[in-house]
Amino acid sequence: MSVPQLLAHETHDNVGVVVIEGLKAGTEMDCVVTADNSAFKLKVTQDVPIGHKVALTDLKAGDTAIKYGEDIGRIVADVAKGGHVHVHNLKTKRW
Amino acid sequence: MASKYSNLTFKGYRRENGRVGVRNHVVILPVDDISNAACEAVANNIKGTLALPHAYGRLQFGADLDLHFRTMIGTGANPNVAAVIVIGIEPGWTERIVDGIAQTGKPVAGFSIEQNGDLKTIMDASRKAKEFVHYATELQREECAISELWVSTKCGESDTTTGLGSCPTVGNMYDKLLPEGIYGCFGETSEITGAEHICKERAIDTQVGERWYAMWKAYQNDVIEAHKDSDLSESQPTKGNIEGGLTTIEEKALGNLEKIGRTSRYIDILEPAEAPKSGKGLYFMDSSSAAAECVTLMAAGGYVIHTFPTGQGNVIGNPIVPVIKITANPRTVRTMGEHVDVDVSGILRREMTIDQAGDALIENILRTANGRHTAAEALGHREFVMTKLYRSA
Repeated sequence: MSVPQLLAHETHDNVGVVVIEGLKAGTEMDCVVTADNSAFKLKVTQDVPIGHKVALTDLKAGDTAIKYGEDIGRIVADVAKGGHVHVHNLKTKRW
Repeated sequence: MASKYSNLTFKGYRRENGRVGVRNHVVILPVDDISNAACEAVANNIKGTLALPHAYGRLQFGADLDLHFRTMIGTGANPNVAAVIVIGIEPGWTERIVDGIAQTGKPVAGFSIEQNGDLKTIMDASRKAKEFVHYATELQREECAISELWVSTKCGESDTTTGLGSCPTVGNMYDKLLPEGIYGCFGETSEITGAEHICKERAIDTQVGERWYAMWKAYQNDVIEAHKDSDLSESQPTKGNIEGGLTTIEEKALGNLEKIGRTSRYIDILEPAEAPKSGKGLYFMDSSSAAAECVTLMAAGGYVIHTFPTGQGNVIGNPIVPVIKITANPRTVRTMGEHVDVDVSGILRREMTIDQAGDALIENILRTANGRHTAAEALGHREFVMTKLYRSA
């Protein structure tokens, strides 16, 4: 298998993690779900740094971001599939 | 049931109380901040000793004072320490710490400064420290079973790669070695927030789980809610976490909890710096998520090796406990590789399985236990940081 550019933890996660440096907008990424080693393709729409998240589906404000199969916070600004998900569009539901 | 890990051994120092250490320090321990200078002078006089200066020990009271004594005594009692010189401003609290450490049976002597002055105290303590160095340097390592190892964990400067790689590596190690009879320890109370429902379920039974939950809830109410003035942005997660791609405390907590693997369950809950009393197994220590504070507390609890997953590259060490750094972030390996003991970045490239990474960590733990210095030891990282619960009187 080629080296993936994005990893997701669980099959129903709606965000995944960029795991290479220097990822450029427009790249058709090789993606893997670590839970079952299933593979999929996704086009990233922005330059996203290593370690940062990408939306695996269209996310709307008010949606819950799912990672590890668990709730990791609330989407606070719409982000389209392939877009960068971080502090500008995702907030904690705690403190 | 025997596994391929059952016959692993390491060469350690067996102490008077039967516990096994992997280092052989002669520590010069100040009771209080104003005794740091005398301790550092003794450590300068007598080669092979190690002073542990710190910021506290005066006018503390109640639970905060109890924690101070527990940390001081626990540090001196740690099996990585062969012998201890204790120096305080006055004899009362000095003797209290000496007596606590003496229960291990190891050589310990106390000196106080009032009515002697720094210079006489330094001379008297230096003579005794020299005796202790002669004693410690004649001790020999002996072969010990893997079950005699106490291994703690706490992650730092985490990012999304920690949850994918380095934390599951530690979890895999615990899943393999806890059944062999080691003692484990995790903590970082605030940093379980968002995964508390999972952590509660990982207790050995519902009673321990309920006690864990009450402890976590009290931290939320008494520490976080009582003092927060914002949503803790830039503190939990930290600026470094956010740079690394972690966005929320829930996301950070879920990655953090990967450190206890898939099958491991904690058997009891420890106060900060408290030594385990319920036998072999995994413990949760109620502790800050700040790296130096947390590792200092776990060392005072008696743990002799610390496994430290990092994403963005926390550089922490501890004066008496070797801190093993594990990272899966290839940028961290590239830019600050001198801090990395176990490179598991192959997990992200799907070239290395979590099982292989766990075995690589176990191998590094054994080499470190046998005497190999960690990156943090070689680089001189000796962060010794006391946890303070509230202002002094």
